[in-house]
Amino acid sequence: MIHTRNLPFVTTLGIFVIAYALCFLQFPNMLSTRVIGNLLTDNAFLGIAAVGMTFVILSGGIDLSIGSVIAFTSVFVAVMVGSLGVHPLVAFLAVLVISTVFGSLMGAMIRYLGIPPFVVTLAGMFLARGAAYLISTQSVPISHEVIDAIQGFYFRFPGGGRLTALAMLMLLVFIVGAFIAGRTRFGANVYAIGGNLQSAELMGVSIGSTTIGIYALSGFLSGLAGIAYTLYTSSGYSLATVGVELDAIAAVVIGGTLLTGGVGLVAGTFVGVLIQGLIQTYIVFDGTLSSWWTKIVIGILLFVFIVLQRGIIWLSNRRLAEARLKEV
Amino acid sequence: MTEPDLLLEARGIGKSFLGIAALDGVDFTLGRGEIHALLGENGAGKSTLIKILTGVYTRDQGAMRLDGTDVAPASVADAQSLGIGTVYQEVNLLENLTVAENLFLGRQPRRFGVINRAEMRRRSIALLARYGLNIDVDALLSSYSVAIRQIIAIARAVDLSGKVLVLDEPTASLDAHEVDMLFDVLRRLRQDGLGIIIITHFLNQVYAVADRVTVLRNGRLVGTRELADLPRLELISMMLGRELQHITGERHVQDESIAKGEAPIRFSGYGKRGSIAPFDLDIRPGEVVGIAGLLGSGRTETAFLLFGIDRADSGSATIDGRPVTLSSPEAAIANGFGFAPEERKTDGIIGDFSVADNIALALQARQGWAKPISSREKAALAASYIKSLDIRPADAERPIKFLSGGNQQKAVLARWLATEPRLLILDEPTRGIDIGAHAEILKMIERLCADGMSLIVISSELEELTAVAHRVIVLADRRHVAELSGEQVTADNIMQAIAAPTRTEAA
Repeated sequence: MIHTRNLPFVTTLGIFVIAYALCFLQFPNMLSTRVIGNLLTDNAFLGIAAVGMTFVILSGGIDLSIGSVIAFTSVFVAVMVGSLGVHPLVAFLAVLVISTVFGSLMGAMIRYLGIPPFVVTLAGMFLARGAAYLISTQSVPISHEVIDAIQGFYFRFPGGGRLTALAMLMLLVFIVGAFIAGRTRFGANVYAIGGNLQSAELMGVSIGSTTIGIYALSGFLSGLAGIAYTLYTSSGYSLATVGVELDAIAAVVIGGTLLTGGVGLVAGTFVGVLIQGLIQTYIVFDGTLSSWWTKIVIGILLFVFIVLQRGIIWLSNRRLAEARLKEV
Repeated sequence: MTEPDLLLEARGIGKSFLGIAALDGVDFTLGRGEIHALLGENGAGKSTLIKILTGVYTRDQGAMRLDGTDVAPASVADAQSLGIGTVYQEVNLLENLTVAENLFLGRQPRRFGVINRAEMRRRSIALLARYGLNIDVDALLSSYSVAIRQIIAIARAVDLSGKVLVLDEPTASLDAHEVDMLFDVLRRLRQDGLGIIIITHFLNQVYAVADRVTVLRNGRLVGTRELADLPRLELISMMLGRELQHITGERHVQDESIAKGEAPIRFSGYGKRGSIAPFDLDIRPGEVVGIAGLLGSGRTETAFLLFGIDRADSGSATIDGRPVTLSSPEAAIANGFGFAPEERKTDGIIGDFSVADNIALALQARQGWAKPISSREKAALAASYIKSLDIRPADAERPIKFLSGGNQQKAVLARWLATEPRLLILDEPTRGIDIGAHAEILKMIERLCADGMSLIVISSELEELTAVAHRVIVLADRRHVAELSGEQVTADNIMQAIAAPTRTEAA
């Protein structure tokens, strides 16, 4: 029997499979390893950021700073490597430290000043975007043998598709993320806080360290997503990735995570990212559709999922009430 | 059990908030293998005492010994590690997690830092088996009934703490069968030598399960007694703070004849399942109907039903012979009802609004938002009530949260008087206000009914009811059990009616 808790995830998976099958019927080429390889690579940075967003939303919060942190990271790395001649790995390390500290500061403000995550991360969004402009308003190209090596590294699928380093990084992040969420005390605490903050506190969950940990993780993954984005575009640009946080939220919600927190799976977010990628790929294949259709379909899917989640809650409450009536 | 083997001993516990004493020199003892009931009306200090015992608050005065050693729990976690565990009524476990995850949250068995789910499941099954529960521990907590969740919460608390178990109104949302199941668990734990403190409003349950009872009133200890030789009536008089022989019911009600004659407002068979059993109620102009009963007997539920906050699922209401549907407070206001709720600070006033705005609220609601009350009208309205009710300070623009309780209550009354209601429901109108204002409010009630208004007054102060009410309806176990009128309205009779075993027919 399917757990009611996992029903949204199963639904998402079903929708993805059906949608892919329909696409395949129209364009048989869409099932090629080439398309799948590109799907993973093109959405790598979004996927990495969405894992962080999954933790944030599971805890009942929100992180609006993701897109700005990605832009900041890409400009920072591009300027460090391209203009200042710093070794890319040093620049990566530095930017990951910065973004993690940035995230933990936001977490600390949320917990200890009692400011809603929406407001704190909104401020963080402006701050990171502003810092990116401060570094450079130009698109900064980047070129270094290490970066070329990473970009050139891939496994070849049968059929000509490529599993690039970026795609592998994203898959690794999803696997590690799923493990943290499902098999560690930190993960259990995230679900507990998202379920009911007050109960979790009374049951002895350390709210402070968990909240800071959640936003630090989201900051770290935003930084990592920024690095992936830099490698993907070979440049850094402070105007890039505006609104990526909203795409990440959409991926998380379509992936079956309850926006109110406490219920959801990291694996669901993976499918959510793939669904978004699939729509974009379909539009490219079709050739006549405007790319805005992506937004429209995502919008419709979001509505469907929110209604679905409400329905599931209503259904399980009713089932419980019926069970009670039978007991009496 | 003459001299119980003491497990927990608290002596002279005192705690005050902002200079007001919530607890004053309270002694409390709990024996090993004892179930001890803690009773008292709202504001008696029960929850303050429990919070001190469980580390939520720190005490100002007194000493606390657990197993013979002095302790001062500084936090819930601290109390837990000392051996004192708590199960709260509402805020409890996490519905979005499985049973096993709830039992072991924060202390999951791990192997190399990774949660060992198999081990957690095994230990959960073993733990619940001791409570006679054989359920799927991998199912979500939300798929189980409240009773099962209570037992899971108890299992967790006992497993964590193991000496003292505190249950805060554990039976409030359980049916009779579930209560029995819970009590079986408690009796088993008592045999294992645990000390159990239970807070409840249901006297039947106190007698069914507890060994001793401690009664608090107004932050002071009334007494600790063995239940085996404590008659019900005496327990109730301990809770309500009256010795039967000392009651000097001073009645102000002059005109008893008002209680006869035709009633324009009638409720018949009015009730809501799980809230209050169907009742009949007639109210005449110029009549004050008192509602008496212990906390949790259905007093506030009755008021909520009459004012349309809760919807009745049986019976009918008629006004002037015309049937009406009271499906919302808006509908009730349209029919000329007013309601001053018990929780004045949270339900009755809007703290940051000025006195004038608070007074104008109900009138505005009645007129509809399309016809705003002009600021001049509002000022005139406020000025007239500030004068006639003597609200102090006489500043209509001051945010109401800066007024004293008594003056806030007057402003709430003014709000309803401005709508010229025909029926005004007052839930605990004198709670938390000083003695002077207390008398003024009672006088006002008399004046209003002399003007022909009907009033329903809910109160746990018996002398308040005997002073102003023409009739008193007595509630027990969410049921109207008796109606007293005229000469019958005495504190003595009210207590007798509360104490009487549950009756189905009104006396």
